[in-house]
Amino acid sequence: MAPGSDPLAICGRVHSVETFGTVDGPGTRLVVFLQGCPMRCAFCHNPDTWGFGRAGAGDAGGPGRDMSVAEVLEAFERNRPFYRTGGITLTGGEPLAQPDFVGALFEAAHASPAGRIHTCLDTSGATFDPARPERFERALANTDLALLDIKHSDPAGHVELCGMEGERTLALAVELCRRRIPVIVRHVVVPGITDAREELEGVGRLIARWDNVVGLDVLPYHTMGVAKYERLGIPYPLAGVEPMDASRARELRSTILAARERARAARG
Amino acid sequence: MQQAWDGFVGGNWEREIDVRDFIQRNYTPYEGDESFLAGPTEATNKLWGEVMDLFAQEAAAGGVLDMDTKVVSTITSHGAGYIDKPLEKIVGLQTERPLKRALMPNGGIRMAVQACRDNGYEVDPEVVDFYTNYRKTHNAGVFDAYTDEMRACRHSHIITGLPDAYGRGRIIGDYRRVALYGVDHLIEQKLHEKDDTHKIMDEATIRHREELAEQARALAELRKLGEIYGLELNRPASNFQEAVQWLYMGYLAAVKEQNGAAMSIGRNTTFLDIYAERDLARGTFTESEIQEIVDHLVMKLRMVKFARTPEYNSIFAGDPQWVTESIGGMGVDGRTMVTKSSFRWLHTLENMGTSPEPNLTVLWSTRLPEAFKRYCAKISIATSSIQYENDDLMRVYHGDDYGIACCVSSMRIGKEMQFFGARANLAKCLLYAINGGRDEVTGAQVAPRFRPVEGEYLDYDDVIVKYRDMMEWLAGVYVNALNIIHYMHDKYCYERIEMALHDEHVHRWFATGIAGLSVVADSLSAIKYAKVKVVRDETGLVTDYVVEGDFPKYGNDDDRVDAIAHDVVERFMKYVREVPTYRGAVPTTSILTITSNVVYGKKTGNTPDGRRAGEPFAPGANPMHRRDTHGAVASLASVAKLPFKDAQDGISNTFSIVPNALGKGEDVMFSGAELDLGSVDFKVADFTLENAVDCACEADASAREDALDRR
Repeated sequence: MAPGSDPLAICGRVHSVETFGTVDGPGTRLVVFLQGCPMRCAFCHNPDTWGFGRAGAGDAGGPGRDMSVAEVLEAFERNRPFYRTGGITLTGGEPLAQPDFVGALFEAAHASPAGRIHTCLDTSGATFDPARPERFERALANTDLALLDIKHSDPAGHVELCGMEGERTLALAVELCRRRIPVIVRHVVVPGITDAREELEGVGRLIARWDNVVGLDVLPYHTMGVAKYERLGIPYPLAGVEPMDASRARELRSTILAARERARAARG
Repeated sequence: MQQAWDGFVGGNWEREIDVRDFIQRNYTPYEGDESFLAGPTEATNKLWGEVMDLFAQEAAAGGVLDMDTKVVSTITSHGAGYIDKPLEKIVGLQTERPLKRALMPNGGIRMAVQACRDNGYEVDPEVVDFYTNYRKTHNAGVFDAYTDEMRACRHSHIITGLPDAYGRGRIIGDYRRVALYGVDHLIEQKLHEKDDTHKIMDEATIRHREELAEQARALAELRKLGEIYGLELNRPASNFQEAVQWLYMGYLAAVKEQNGAAMSIGRNTTFLDIYAERDLARGTFTESEIQEIVDHLVMKLRMVKFARTPEYNSIFAGDPQWVTESIGGMGVDGRTMVTKSSFRWLHTLENMGTSPEPNLTVLWSTRLPEAFKRYCAKISIATSSIQYENDDLMRVYHGDDYGIACCVSSMRIGKEMQFFGARANLAKCLLYAINGGRDEVTGAQVAPRFRPVEGEYLDYDDVIVKYRDMMEWLAGVYVNALNIIHYMHDKYCYERIEMALHDEHVHRWFATGIAGLSVVADSLSAIKYAKVKVVRDETGLVTDYVVEGDFPKYGNDDDRVDAIAHDVVERFMKYVREVPTYRGAVPTTSILTITSNVVYGKKTGNTPDGRRAGEPFAPGANPMHRRDTHGAVASLASVAKLPFKDAQDGISNTFSIVPNALGKGEDVMFSGAELDLGSVDFKVADFTLENAVDCACEADASAREDALDRR
């Protein structure tokens, strides 16, 4: 093997690691938050993961820190018994902004000598480029489950809410469908922005297109990120917006699913 | 064969007292789910409503409803007491009135007087006179023998919470013996044992004979207690209701006579399930009736109370009794010990709401039946009232018939007991090492004048050597103080009925304990990996520290600091083992200051990890608050590295989690959508402690009955 090509040595730019992740994929998981995201979703509760760092540059690489594939696997393996029915989740930030790291890590996780590790990718697809699928080949080929964030069903609404278009998300969804990778759609509902019936039904119609969607996780908007914005000196985009009443999540979800069912029935 | 034993498979248990043999030959493991359970009966609802009213009255009266100030509590001291007699399937109260606290001066008359006075009651002067001038107490005996050094350590709180003025507790009688054999047979057995002792009357034999005589006498009093309630405890219990009642009477006798720091009840559900299964099959009882009896027992256990002082309660954060009931676990033959009754006991939390008592403790194994695990998780999420302990770890040491005393102390029921020994403050010990034995708060010379550290910065190699010397000194004072305490407790406050429900020759554990472990680990890590500058006062006493730079912190699965914590435990235990113990007891230690960590912290000055004077320690073996930044698995992994072989009395880790961080509810997956993941489940996080950690997810001891779910 040529020097520098050892896949275990590939570095990602990491924001932080949560060793007891229970909400980002099934079971108890090692969740790695990658540094850097191009979207600026108004409801984002992790603004500290926005800035991009340079992987492999150490302390000089800006935000985040380097972590190699080997280091992540080591963190998993030393506590493997805890993750018996879980696995590894990459989230962020936007993990697909670092597709080489994702690919190398997931491939190594599948090949782990101690036993195959389940891999889960939590992404908005914001950096997915359908024109250059080869860049994402290794990552997607080794993804067992994707958590796909659908921010908004309406293109204009998407731009307004996230600061960029949602086309790439849709392109990734198509690619995941083509690859038959199971997807759980995640959708944050913000009062006054994405809780209108037409918007919810739009999401339902959107996800009805893809047969590989196996679940829908409706996330009520919360304000736990506010303190982080204050600490970072960033004006809070949703100032004044009340948190979503969590008890409404089931009803909101039903609205989306009903629209999905109708769309699927119409399709036949 | 006894008629009461009809339907049971015989064995060695018929020929000698061998409860485990009875269980193993007769119990029915249960792998199913909770669907068979019955809700509360009308009587249960009514009775529990009355108890809740009593609790409300008690709270309104400032925490105590009534206290006995005249009658010294013994097994037979009081007449029968009831909540609402016609409704009660299980009877028996500590005094003649519900929640009236009994007077127990044998541990110490001053404590008994103080406990009354603090609650607005005055003990009868004749009783005070008697226990001051005529009948010596445990407390008086201890202070006759304490050295000046011990008093100084007690005063400075480098050793705290010693059971020298109150009952030591932590002894679990095998109350099942009362049900299985009846009291007459147990008395016969004790008298037979007494006949059979050595004939050379050395001190040990004389003491042994006197203890056996006391045990037999206590059993006779237990029989009398039964008569007071119209129960024929002389004979074996003949059905489930009697078995529960007989067992509870044995326990009641213990809590009428001993105000122990922890009065745990043992491991009874598998045993009692044998009666339940037999009587269900015979049609003696329905499931609803069985559950009702269980509910009524648990209701009684929730009502066990003692007269205690506010100082005592501040050490234990509330007014806990530690009525620990150990549930489940696996048998050494590979069968699970989970029975339907394991579910029934946990189900009391659904039938009567949440409660910190009895301290329902699940002996957790990775091999427990899946349905039982799920039920535990469900009840935990709903009530936060279950404690978990690592059965896979403890079974190796104690087999499959051990129970938990207090929160983590494991002992084989009826075969092992322990001398409870509070704990030594290892964080303060580190400060003593730095200051050459002077107390950092008062400046007093408490420990010997060892050489203090010199210079502006702490040097790891220098501090660690000094620390080891100081730990060795501390272990010596500590164990010797405990030797005095247990000698006097045996002499003046002997647990007659609890020991009567043990084998003749018991294994004695000598329990020590440590507090402040994570403070010590982080402090030594700061000294080693960052730079720690000392701040001295005008007398040269180091009173503060300035930490320059960052250092690895315990609780992040970082071997650099976790190894320090491991080493401290191993070292301290080594020094403890070097000191001879009373009655040849085998030393153990625990890391379990679940509630007293606040008090210990209050008495300890600034520490080199940056913790400020008076700030609480972390509970038990927990990392310091907010210093574990990598999530729960990393935090638990750090704890799991502590050596159980050197902390056999238990390592506790208090684990709180907000429900939202416990995984997704059912509203994610589409029906029928299955992920190919084997046994993945979105309903509960599959949270299994497989590493070598004895983990107690502690029910909040200070929570009130039926308190709402806590974070």
